Amino acid sequence: MVARLDYYMRRYLTQPNNSLASLTMSSDNGIEVEALAREFKNGPRAVDGIHLRVEPGEIYGFLGPNGAGKSTTVLMLTTLLPPTAGTARVAGHDIVREGPAVRAAIGAALQEAALDPLLTGRDHMKLQTTLQGVPKAERRPRGDALLERVGLADAADRKVGGYSGGMKRRLDLALALVHKPRILFLDEPTTGLDPSSRADMWSEVSHLARDEGVTVFLTTQYLEEADVLADRIAIIDHGKIVARGTPEELKAEIGRPTLEVTPVDPEDRRTVEAVLARFGSAAPSPPEAAAVRLRGGAEELAAVVRALDAEDVAMRDFQLHAPTLDDVFLAKTGRKLDAGDEEGTGEHAEAVPA
Amino acid sequence: MIGQIREMARRSILQTLRQPAMVIPPVVFPLLLVSINAAGLSAATKIPGFPADSYWDFAIAVPFIQGSLFAAINAGTAMARDVETGFIMRLAMTPMRRMALLIGQLIGVMTVAFVSAFIYIGAGFVAGMDFKAGALGIPAIILLGTLVALAFAGIGAYIGLRSGSGEAVQGIFPLLFVFLFLSSVNLPRNLIEQDWFRTIATYNPVSYLVEGVRSLIITGWDTRALALGFGFATLIAVISVSLAAGALRTRLIRT
Repeated sequence: MVARLDYYMRRYLTQPNNSLASLTMSSDNGIEVEALAREFKNGPRAVDGIHLRVEPGEIYGFLGPNGAGKSTTVLMLTTLLPPTAGTARVAGHDIVREGPAVRAAIGAALQEAALDPLLTGRDHMKLQTTLQGVPKAERRPRGDALLERVGLADAADRKVGGYSGGMKRRLDLALALVHKPRILFLDEPTTGLDPSSRADMWSEVSHLARDEGVTVFLTTQYLEEADVLADRIAIIDHGKIVARGTPEELKAEIGRPTLEVTPVDPEDRRTVEAVLARFGSAAPSPPEAAAVRLRGGAEELAAVVRALDAEDVAMRDFQLHAPTLDDVFLAKTGRKLDAGDEEGTGEHAEAVPA
Repeated sequence: MIGQIREMARRSILQTLRQPAMVIPPVVFPLLLVSINAAGLSAATKIPGFPADSYWDFAIAVPFIQGSLFAAINAGTAMARDVETGFIMRLAMTPMRRMALLIGQLIGVMTVAFVSAFIYIGAGFVAGMDFKAGALGIPAIILLGTLVALAFAGIGAYIGLRSGSGEAVQGIFPLLFVFLFLSSVNLPRNLIEQDWFRTIATYNPVSYLVEGVRSLIITGWDTRALALGFGFATLIAVISVSLAAGALRTRLIRT
């Protein structure tokens, strides 16, 4: 038995492109990226030598503003764009030398829901199951089951051109799942969706990872989305990864809560700023308010109130914010990621300078 | 591969059928134009040397070529839409072969041209066409019409894939019409009196496509006209489909 196994091992390793590494990773559902880079002609280095490792079955959040390099990374990992430097293995396969094997193991819903407006949801399922090589007898039942699962059974025979944004995204997700991929790439899957559709998408993504063991690589510009869904996060900015870890780890790095105070009289804003400066470093705030990152934590709240009272400042609003991923982003990049303002603006939206 | 082509062809046909604006013009406009021409230019049959007794018989070849121009636009627009919507990226993610996309799309367009050819022939007979090539000429004329549609659809697909813009494809339509009217579409080449026009018509391959189709109607089995018609149609089809395949290779990059 051992001799037989040894024989097959040797035979496998003598084939071109096979290695011990690929053998050990062949059943892997993870992603390994080493010094991956993509440089465009006459353009900047969209992705600048990133390293990351996604464990099987986890949801990995890839966070960053538009233009940071998220989609370029996804295109490279899904074999649709060759890297100019570095390597990556997806599901144990090299993205450059083993493109077909990578594609067989992954599903992807790219940034825009790539659908044919003239076809119905069911037409899309038929096309996708055929092209993915699903056995003929299974095509219709699998397509119907996926349409049911994403709540599109009633709209299955309507042309996609009449679908709402949320319906298109759900169909896009269903299409990415027809061949039962082990790894799923979702490139900004909730951009432009209303809160209800966004929650539905989160629920489905969470179910895929938690209950079905699918590894999910999720790019997003929504901090809340990364916070709620992702097991681990990497923040990318200008093509480089500037932070990585679990959401809790990243927030713990920042550590200190932020206090934001709005005086009743706008004339008192400078006074408030001066008082708050005694308790920590200034933090970004709306024009009518002042904010401080509390050096001594929430315990200093009472002291701040007493100090403001001593200055006879009347307060209209007084808010204590626990550290958020927004604070993490600000700390790591020096800018604020305000995805809420960018909704629906597509590629032209930018990170808002702090 | 065959299953992939069949599915892509099915999609192409569905796309066309679900857009009445892409079905009606290729059928109705050429027939409308030939009717107007036949009514207005019927006196041309009195010119010594004119090869037909009825201008309708002479002109009914034109819809075959005009319909093919619409095929070019349909194929090009469909390809450009796939680029614009990102659908081509979805296809790239599947194990589908590149050529299945192109062949499937072209088969879909040719199917529409095939059906249109029957309609043109039917309309011709209704109007009293004297079809000289007899019953065997009907499959020949439909085959040539479909081949011409493939040739032009290849051009449309190339432009659609190269530009990735539906507007760019629409923009070539007037140019194709110029090629059509600078040919022997309205008069036999030997009766065109303007030297420059006759020269252009002689060098314009569209003339030989029209004359190939026309020969089956007004002459019967004219070997030279048919050889030139089928020859030019095949040559244009090979070149245009090769160009489209190259453009698809560039557009559908994957490792």
